[in-house]
Amino acid sequence: MNRLALAAALLCSAAPLAAEVHRIEPGEGAAARLQEALILAAPGDVIEIGEGRIALNDGLSLDVDGVTVQGQGMDKTILDFTDQQGAGEGLLVTSDNVTLRGFAIENPKGDGIKSKGADNIIYDSLRVEWTGGPKPTNGAYGIYPVESTGVLVQRSKVVGASDAGIYVGQSRDITVRGNLVEFNVAGIEIENSRNALVEKNIATRNTGGLLVFDLPGLPVMGGGNVILRGNVVKDNDTPNFAPPGNIVASVRRGTGALVMANDGVLIENNSFEGNATAHVMVIAYMQPFDDPRYNPHARNVIIGPNAFGRGGDDPQLEGKEALLAAFGGALPPVLWDGLAQSPESALKIAPGVTGWTLNLAQPGQSIAEARPGPLMLTPVETWEFPEVGAPAALEARLK
Amino acid sequence: MRLGAGLLVAAALALGGVVAQAHLAGARVSDAAVMGEGFPPTLGAFGFFADAARQVPAPGVIAYELNTPLWSDGAEKLRFIYLPAGTRLAADGEGLLRFPVGAAIIKTFAFGKGAERRLIETRVLLHRADGWVALPYRWNAEQTEARLALAGGRVEVVTPAGEAISYAIPNKNQCKTCHSLDGAVIPIGPKARNLSARWLAAMVAAGRLDRVPEGAGSQPRWDGAAKGPAAPLARAYLDVNCAHCHRPGGSASNSGLDLRWEQAEPHAIGIFKRPVAAGRGAGGHEFAIVPGQPDRSILIYRMESTEPGVAMPELGRSSTDHRGVAVVRRWIAEMR
Repeated sequence: MNRLALAAALLCSAAPLAAEVHRIEPGEGAAARLQEALILAAPGDVIEIGEGRIALNDGLSLDVDGVTVQGQGMDKTILDFTDQQGAGEGLLVTSDNVTLRGFAIENPKGDGIKSKGADNIIYDSLRVEWTGGPKPTNGAYGIYPVESTGVLVQRSKVVGASDAGIYVGQSRDITVRGNLVEFNVAGIEIENSRNALVEKNIATRNTGGLLVFDLPGLPVMGGGNVILRGNVVKDNDTPNFAPPGNIVASVRRGTGALVMANDGVLIENNSFEGNATAHVMVIAYMQPFDDPRYNPHARNVIIGPNAFGRGGDDPQLEGKEALLAAFGGALPPVLWDGLAQSPESALKIAPGVTGWTLNLAQPGQSIAEARPGPLMLTPVETWEFPEVGAPAALEARLK
Repeated sequence: MRLGAGLLVAAALALGGVVAQAHLAGARVSDAAVMGEGFPPTLGAFGFFADAARQVPAPGVIAYELNTPLWSDGAEKLRFIYLPAGTRLAADGEGLLRFPVGAAIIKTFAFGKGAERRLIETRVLLHRADGWVALPYRWNAEQTEARLALAGGRVEVVTPAGEAISYAIPNKNQCKTCHSLDGAVIPIGPKARNLSARWLAAMVAAGRLDRVPEGAGSQPRWDGAAKGPAAPLARAYLDVNCAHCHRPGGSASNSGLDLRWEQAEPHAIGIFKRPVAAGRGAGGHEFAIVPGQPDRSILIYRMESTEPGVAMPELGRSSTDHRGVAVVRRWIAEMR
């Protein structure tokens, strides 16, 4: 090719191509038609799924950048995996700049929708539901982005996950906003991730509402810069139904927000009500570990102003009666294990926030050695915290 | 040495024999189909076979075997590579051979013995100018043609173990789930350590490989799997069946489990490693491997299961590889 022709070809390929819309209607062969459309889509294409129910017996997958998969609404377009025979999730996305919108995944055998290494992904107005209610045989995660930069999950609903309804793992620059998560073990979990904004969600009837974890032994660690803001975290009272062995199996029924390890978590302007163990729990990682890269302490956690309603009145903790008696019938809203890596990075609270501490001396120490007492921290009036969340370009794509 | 040289000559002759036979049939591989942009609708378009139903390869298409194969419901696998005229493979240590652009890897899956043998699917990996492309082709009932099955499919088969199963042909994306490293499609089978030194030497003698690398054929042959020390067999089995995903950059990298042959760190291969995203796949167990306790090890639990969401590997099997499980079980039981 001569140089001029090459330049012309490059110009052509750089010009935006007209996006094609591929419409998939439920009915005979819909599962295969849908999977073929997902494979043959060109970048920028839209795959529109009509109203109705499509039964799938294998997992779906998408590996083309910039594709939009769009249904007619989370209660109208339903991908039914009740008879799934293979694959570890309902839908797997492995390409960048994908938008998923307006459909439901029901009863996947493993996870609902997983996106791995899929940067700048939007999950919008989706529903992932195990329709038989909370059961340990349900899949682990409903919405499951992992190893990605740029994640926006909004206006979606997840019901019945045996681990976390919305789980963002080993990722950066994340917004989880305006979702409803109920009857999961964990409502929303941010794990080994940085720069996450979790706001205006409703987490109710889970075992624990909002979890922020940093775990050892993973390819990506050093979680932090997470904001939990403006969420309603209410009546998380479902007994823990996670299969044993998983980290969330240790979450106590009635946990509102739980921060374990991490560097930098701000909890403010949320409404907590009816979380019987603790509205907010801040603890170090408790298990033994052998990973020199890992820091088990919760550092730089700030509990700003929040609305704390009834709670701490039926704590799923050893010595419950004695604790309740000591604190006058209900535990104060914040439970801290008392562990600080340094005085500067220790837990901070806004004026008016009350709590209690286990007064532990080191991570991994048995709870039996706790010396419970009231939280005696000097409140701070102001703090600095970075603005975090998904890139502006992701928000712009929604418009 | 003399014996070795004799074998080498014999192997070279065997390669030559295949070439000669195919020449007689007059078949020819279409480099345009291999290298072009589209997805040819039939396997026949490539011309990889002089007689496809009998799996007789065309010129330039060379059969190979692996010491330890990936298990796929006990399917018989017929493996071939195609190298365009004037090209050859390049050795890269004990790892994956480097294929020239224009090369292809072809693998046919079959069930049944002798006259009863039925070809189910043929998967091709095409090394195009912009990378590898993986495509599945499904054989028709008459066994006259295999057609592109982008969306995969299912076929009722009876395995050699006598189990009636719904065998899954992967869709094009599922091909990539296993054949993926850092987001790009790559071959996973033809690693020098898992190919026989003899075959590699014959390839060098035939001018289709630059040299026999160090470590060639160092992974054990699975034939005698029931005997011998369990550790090399189990590690080879896990490497071949699991490590294309369970490795850094692989599809299951986020699990932190790294089952590659060369991984020596105990936690990375699962010893006292807690699950991350296993969900009910953990089966109530705390660790991937508990030394001496196969029944408390998640690895065994997931290898034994056939339930989607629990079964590992997630793709490529609908039944349990009891011999494979037995070897890994023995390895964990003997572990101290």
